[in-house]
Amino acid sequence: MKSLAELVLIKEKMKDQIIPSAGSDEIRVVVGLATCGIAAGARPVLSTLLEGVEKADLGDKVSVTQTGCIGICQYEPVVEVYEPGKDKITYVKMTAEKAARVVEEHLKGGKVVTEYTIGNNLVGQAEKKDNAPDSLNDVIFYEKQTRVALRNCGVINPEVIDEYIARDGYAALAKVLTEMTPDEVIDTVLASGLRGRGGAGFPTGKKWQLARNLVKDGGKKYVCCNADEGDPGAFMDRSVLEGDPHAVLEAMAIAGYAIGADEGYIYVRAEYPIAIHRLEIALNQARQYGLLGKDIFGTGFNFDISLRFGAGAFVCGEETSLMTSIEGKRGEPRPRPPFPAVKGLFDRPTILNNVETYANIAQIILKGADWFASMGTEKSKGTKVFALGGKITNTGLVEIPMGTPLREVIEVIGGGIPHGKKFKAAQTGGPSGGCIPAHLIDTPIDYDNLLAIGSMMGSGGLIVMDEDNCMVDIARFFLDFTVDESCGKCTPCRVGTKRMLEILDKIIAGKGELEDIDRLEELANYIKSASLCGLGQTAPNPVISTLRYFRDEYIAHVVDKKCPAGVCKSLLRYSIDKEKCIGCGMCAKNCPADAISKTDYTAPGHKLPSLAIDAAKCVKCGVCMQNCKFGAVEKK
Amino acid sequence: MKKKLTTVDFCGTKEQEEKLVAVIAELKDTKGAMMPILQKAQEIYGYLPVEVMRIIAAHTGKSLEEIFGIATFYSQFALNPKGKVSIAVCLGTACYVKGSGDIYNKVGEELGLVGGGTTSDGKFSLEATRCIGACGLAPVLTVNEQVYGRLTTADIKGILDQYR
Repeated sequence: MKSLAELVLIKEKMKDQIIPSAGSDEIRVVVGLATCGIAAGARPVLSTLLEGVEKADLGDKVSVTQTGCIGICQYEPVVEVYEPGKDKITYVKMTAEKAARVVEEHLKGGKVVTEYTIGNNLVGQAEKKDNAPDSLNDVIFYEKQTRVALRNCGVINPEVIDEYIARDGYAALAKVLTEMTPDEVIDTVLASGLRGRGGAGFPTGKKWQLARNLVKDGGKKYVCCNADEGDPGAFMDRSVLEGDPHAVLEAMAIAGYAIGADEGYIYVRAEYPIAIHRLEIALNQARQYGLLGKDIFGTGFNFDISLRFGAGAFVCGEETSLMTSIEGKRGEPRPRPPFPAVKGLFDRPTILNNVETYANIAQIILKGADWFASMGTEKSKGTKVFALGGKITNTGLVEIPMGTPLREVIEVIGGGIPHGKKFKAAQTGGPSGGCIPAHLIDTPIDYDNLLAIGSMMGSGGLIVMDEDNCMVDIARFFLDFTVDESCGKCTPCRVGTKRMLEILDKIIAGKGELEDIDRLEELANYIKSASLCGLGQTAPNPVISTLRYFRDEYIAHVVDKKCPAGVCKSLLRYSIDKEKCIGCGMCAKNCPADAISKTDYTAPGHKLPSLAIDAAKCVKCGVCMQNCKFGAVEKK
Repeated sequence: MKKKLTTVDFCGTKEQEEKLVAVIAELKDTKGAMMPILQKAQEIYGYLPVEVMRIIAAHTGKSLEEIFGIATFYSQFALNPKGKVSIAVCLGTACYVKGSGDIYNKVGEELGLVGGGTTSDGKFSLEATRCIGACGLAPVLTVNEQVYGRLTTADIKGILDQYR
């Protein structure tokens, strides 16, 4: 492709195929085929639809295709039907059998199979409603979102470049190369207020400006993409790569033009095979079209991108470690300064941005900095994607404007906590972040607010916890992670986190003393201030933040030797309420330790004697509790 | 995590070695090629025993120490072969808060592999993994790429029995 005209031509040709416009008679059926969809069984659904359409001879009217993550994890596999001039229909929890019925009744017969649509299958909704919505667009989980970074995810087929082009793909690159100077590009990104979506929130335009201006020796510069999404519990970047890989490639080329680089690297987790596969396809297609490579759009601008795969080291999400890893070494961090803008990959000026950051760039160029800056709060512009998980009704991907209160995310979009449990805390920022307790649920989510309350934006994991989660245990979980992932280069992180973990283990085992809490705090402050890189500097955050908001839980473990949430096994005791026990013996039958036996007490109104647990034999596995249908087993 | 050297005898073939040497030749001029070389080597052999690292050292001119240092740094490089039935329990945050710790222990007890490892007959191996991105199905485990989701400890025996 040598000219803009060719790009426009493809766009025109494809226009009606993505979302059929009124008047056309085409029907488009998409199946969510991201990692979670595939895991839930989307492949047989896709093949049934394809076969069904072919058998019914609907081939010239109905197109069936795959798409990326639609964002509603627990409704997977998801199938959506776009008919001209109508709201799309969202079928959820599909199987091959259900798909066959959809072909027969809906695609052939023109009648929506309401039984399978989202409104009739909402999680936590007991009975059917008469006017339940058939479209995801009308479900509150989706209605409240604003999709910028995810605008193509779940809409286009990520393996077909024409579909990306149909949705204004590569138009921003064309605009930048033909109408804007590099400085104008940087000024636009600066004015948009976009900040790094990897978590730290450094202004993206500023980063580009430094890389453009600090070194002007005419030598090599690099553009890198951090797709090493390591926060356990976050999967936004994966979804973007699986659902809209070209958005990242286009933005990297724009960044290359802005800073004066002709080479880019995407460092992606090896744990994301589907994302890697789609990136490879996207790279090949972009090269074939001449959108990557030499003399792009005939402007003389050259840019190409290579993929590098991580190998399971969390520290490689840190910028200097990531670059060391691309260089083919142990992924250890380097001291800063010099910053990567001066001396980065292969000792040359380098910018590194996160996947979601790049996913915003083309939109900012096309729609303008003012449009982007109109969303969000004073210092945090635009939207943020969160991977909502844990104890929440609607797990999935949500993209919300910055400044949305946490309460809205949890209670409205997330649909609240299942099983009538109480919200206890939300964890953001993964092993580097902290928790937001229930009394701060009205905090508007942006970079600065989260920092002020001792958490951080992080890359976007948002894990919800209810009253059954023990905060000491959660802190221990994250610390165990950092101890495992500490690269070992600097002592405060390598040794300090290990000592903190030992203290937490001691507390959880019921052997803690009050002084241990002070020791934890002291160590946490040393590690924070003395560690070499971001991993160590933030490693104590989960402990600091749980100590700040849930100190009473630590004290309960240390002083009363009790775990209020009933999680820490050494501090637990299972017992049977002898008045509730009907003596059925299900608990004793299933007990792996033979710790349950009959007593000689029979509760009034019951025929059989109740049972009791021998604490000395009990292994605290909880099987008795799972098997008791009468709620007679208690843990304290 | 500390990596243990394997006790399983090396049984690499001539074909595997030729493949590896070809990969190294192909990547010779790539900057920072050591990671891709090790990744390809692991694809070819299934793991990275010292014998394989020696081949790489000989053909790249790097020292065995440097290669060993890289191989032990990244958790995905395995110094031990995987079992024929390879089980991975996700201990990512979402799975963990939904009880995947108990699932991991239960699998370990069933197979006599508490804390992970490979059974002496090489049949089963168990490992804990970070988030595999199926948080909506938490807690999950995978057996040779097959994902099992929304698990309770009561499901474990049934799943394992399919592979015994």
